[in-house]
Amino acid sequence: MAAISKIATGNGHGENSAYFDGWKAYETNPFHPTDRPDGVIQMGLAENQLCFDFIEKWLMEHPEASICTAEGVSKFKETALFQDYHGIPEFRQAVAKFMGKVRGDRVKFDPDRIVMSGGATGAHEMVAFCLADPGEAFLVPTPYYPGFDRDLRWRTGVELVPVVCDSANDFKITIDSLQSAYHKAQEANIKIKGLLITNPSNPLGTFMDKETLKNIINFVNEKNIHLIGDEIYAATVFMEPEFVSISEVIEEVECNRDLIHIVYSLSKDMGFPGFRVGIVYSYNDTVTSCARKMSSFGLVSSQTQHLIATMLSNDEFIDNFVAESRERLFKRHKYFTWALSQIGICSLKSNAGLFIWMDLRKLLKEKTFEAEMDLWRVIIDEVKLNVSPGSSFHCHEPGWFRVCFANMDINSMEIALSRIRNFMVKNNETMVPPRNKLWRRTSLKLSLSRSLSRKMDDFIMSPSIMSPQSPLVQART
Amino acid sequence: MGLLSRKVTCNSHGQDSSYFLGWQEYEKNPYHEVNNPQGIIQMGLAENQLSFDLPESWLAKNADAAGFKRDGQSIFKELALFQDYHGLPAFKKALVDFMAEIRGNKVTFDPSHIVLTAGATSANETLMFCLAEQGDAFLLPTPYYPGFDRDLKWRTGVEIVPIQCTSSNRFQITAPALDEAYQQAQRKNLRVKGVLVTNPSNPLGTTMRRDELDLLINFITDKEIHLISDEIYSGTVFSSPGFVSIMEVLKDRSLEQTPVWERVHIVYSLSKDLGLPGFRVGAIYSNDPIVVAAATKMSSFGLVSSQTQYLLSAMLSDKKFTKEYMAKNHKRLQKQQSRLVSGLEKAGIGCLESNAGLFCWVDMRHLLSSNTFEAEMELWKRIVYDVKLNISPGSSCHCSEPGWFRVCFANISEDTLKLAMQRLKSFVDSVAINNQNHQELKNSRKKFRTKWVFRLSFQSFHDREQDER
Repeated sequence: MAAISKIATGNGHGENSAYFDGWKAYETNPFHPTDRPDGVIQMGLAENQLCFDFIEKWLMEHPEASICTAEGVSKFKETALFQDYHGIPEFRQAVAKFMGKVRGDRVKFDPDRIVMSGGATGAHEMVAFCLADPGEAFLVPTPYYPGFDRDLRWRTGVELVPVVCDSANDFKITIDSLQSAYHKAQEANIKIKGLLITNPSNPLGTFMDKETLKNIINFVNEKNIHLIGDEIYAATVFMEPEFVSISEVIEEVECNRDLIHIVYSLSKDMGFPGFRVGIVYSYNDTVTSCARKMSSFGLVSSQTQHLIATMLSNDEFIDNFVAESRERLFKRHKYFTWALSQIGICSLKSNAGLFIWMDLRKLLKEKTFEAEMDLWRVIIDEVKLNVSPGSSFHCHEPGWFRVCFANMDINSMEIALSRIRNFMVKNNETMVPPRNKLWRRTSLKLSLSRSLSRKMDDFIMSPSIMSPQSPLVQART
Repeated sequence: MGLLSRKVTCNSHGQDSSYFLGWQEYEKNPYHEVNNPQGIIQMGLAENQLSFDLPESWLAKNADAAGFKRDGQSIFKELALFQDYHGLPAFKKALVDFMAEIRGNKVTFDPSHIVLTAGATSANETLMFCLAEQGDAFLLPTPYYPGFDRDLKWRTGVEIVPIQCTSSNRFQITAPALDEAYQQAQRKNLRVKGVLVTNPSNPLGTTMRRDELDLLINFITDKEIHLISDEIYSGTVFSSPGFVSIMEVLKDRSLEQTPVWERVHIVYSLSKDLGLPGFRVGAIYSNDPIVVAAATKMSSFGLVSSQTQYLLSAMLSDKKFTKEYMAKNHKRLQKQQSRLVSGLEKAGIGCLESNAGLFCWVDMRHLLSSNTFEAEMELWKRIVYDVKLNISPGSSCHCSEPGWFRVCFANISEDTLKLAMQRLKSFVDSVAINNQNHQELKNSRKKFRTKWVFRLSFQSFHDREQDER
């Protein structure tokens, strides 16, 4: 009789999906430059590892950021005792300021609306608990982060209804597709409570323009449903145009602010997934108050709050960090996509995120998800790279893969590229000229000005970047 | 259509209860020795503030753990990236060893069976999600920690059915009370999935005796249900009888290979035993690998910060530190508890004899104007607003008898405690004088006798005279 719950024994945790299979393969045989040079290289993990030296330098210069050092221990007791779910005031202020800075200070965030959660994972679940009852649903544009299946649905009983986006228009969300998904749900008697967008997008690495966001806001207002904007990649925008946040757009259009909620985190922008700093920022007072009570189930460790408060209230550090991070992401992305294009592999043009949305449709034996899985197994087992197949992101077209580039050093990336190159050559997929070391070094001393004044046009016209329309790509059938 | 979920609009977060109202009053007018000596003294907060000097001096001697270093090398990056829900292995090992140490090493724990969560708050909720469906019930002995109403019920949809315990036997759980609770659940069409006990008890401050634990094991075996033992105060046992963990009893009865073994789960935390509530370190320990697996995945919603795991793994692996901490902490708790008990005695107030926890379960029944919960609320309001002490009324803990209050002692200094007791004595004296005057003035037909109530031991409990009302 003492069965365990259905939630516990069911598959709602979503870990039987392919997204996690690759991780398992990686874990049994992880790459290491000296110990395991033939191991699987992890390119399925959206982590930002490019700026740790920068942060560590700051930490060495600011020992008071830790409550355990001689300089910080005077705060140990009060911090260790602090369990108020409002959060340490300095922490909220610092996070609100950081969020504003990441949006170019075009918008201000109110520290009193900052609610903590156990990472963005905890934030999403909390928002779902606040906005929907079991059986109700959120619209989510595809492709989307596989974790949403667990975070929004598992323990809440809420459903997800996909809004299909496809490559014909670079996977952009259209009002037509939103309307269509909404009406289909209505016909099936599913009550839609909200729309969840990830902006910048995971896995696409793109973000929405102001026009699209305005249309989306009009849509949710018209339908009187919530808009949840997951903006956890906001500071990973490494190239113009500037990121536009929902928080900016609602200042410009008529909008019922009770419908607007933002999910944020420091896991991607700062590279701190281990510290579990998730934030719910809602413009709805009732939701803010309720979420704050719910945050008891996933408060941020006060030790971490103190560290983050100290770090993020340092204006100079933040300004430098944001600029430096952007520059390093830009360089890494540019090199990676260029090198891939040399091998005849292209990806969706992107200017944000820690990954690219790689187009391997031409490598499929046939246009099916089975073929995608076959190709994926080959990539894991033969090429020895863990990448994430598009089907795990609920992509409706087979052949797309998310490949992360910011979670490794440049040498590992070179090795990954050479493995891909060898694979392509072996399979006669491309006539690849011998790798020219000079190409890499001479290209691109890019100095990214703080105001991101570099125009997109310059980029497109550069001969070193291959667009999907390149004749080299179309050479294969 | 309702714009927000039912969870938002209902009251299951429990924060309209008096337990929290007292806190709010305190926050408006908090006592401070120098800045606000007339303010409200916080005695409603079960925190341990008596032993901070110990971790602080440990930190001074262990710079590496303090500064994100291992052997002098920075491991900041490694920690910042570590988000594996299996937890830092070194921390889990140190934690289970610490748990064993608290239990006199009479039981040992396997690190692969422990799941780390963001505080016991999250651990309790997660266990509910794992063990019960919406509409199922857990039986809880009263009085119980008010937070359970939120933690166990709010987002899970699980119900709590009380096992009524009374002062007639020191609020111990009895077989008839268990049966009655079970039947009550059935009458309400609720499927009982298990029993949850807090041992040592909050708010009673007592440890469960072996016969009680045996009774529970027999009950859950018979009904084939789960038992959750919330043992977050296990490290605060400062006098005899010692702490007996449910695991120890199962072991002593050689029940490891039987079905009941996998239906017993422990909740732990470092908030009370180590006095670190801000760090959000909780844990679930289960003998059932399916529960461990499910809870581990669920812990994604509230992992322990890797920064904190690292610091505490270093601290708890230092056996010299843990031994010293436990010994000194126990002594300080015992001393402070004695001060509270004797202070209450001087005011003619008794309390349940206790050997653990950060609070006493205080008997103020004789101060009630009537044997009702309304009278308890009246008395509570006077204590908060007039006596300026925030204490927790028994009704907020679902106690079945009016007149009991939980009074915390470990979150204030000796001097503040002394002051609190003085205020209380003045209050009680004034009540006595008022009553006397009232009598003389009114010439009431009913005799009203106050009798100084002495420190209640188990033997004298039954001897205590009931005041006539």
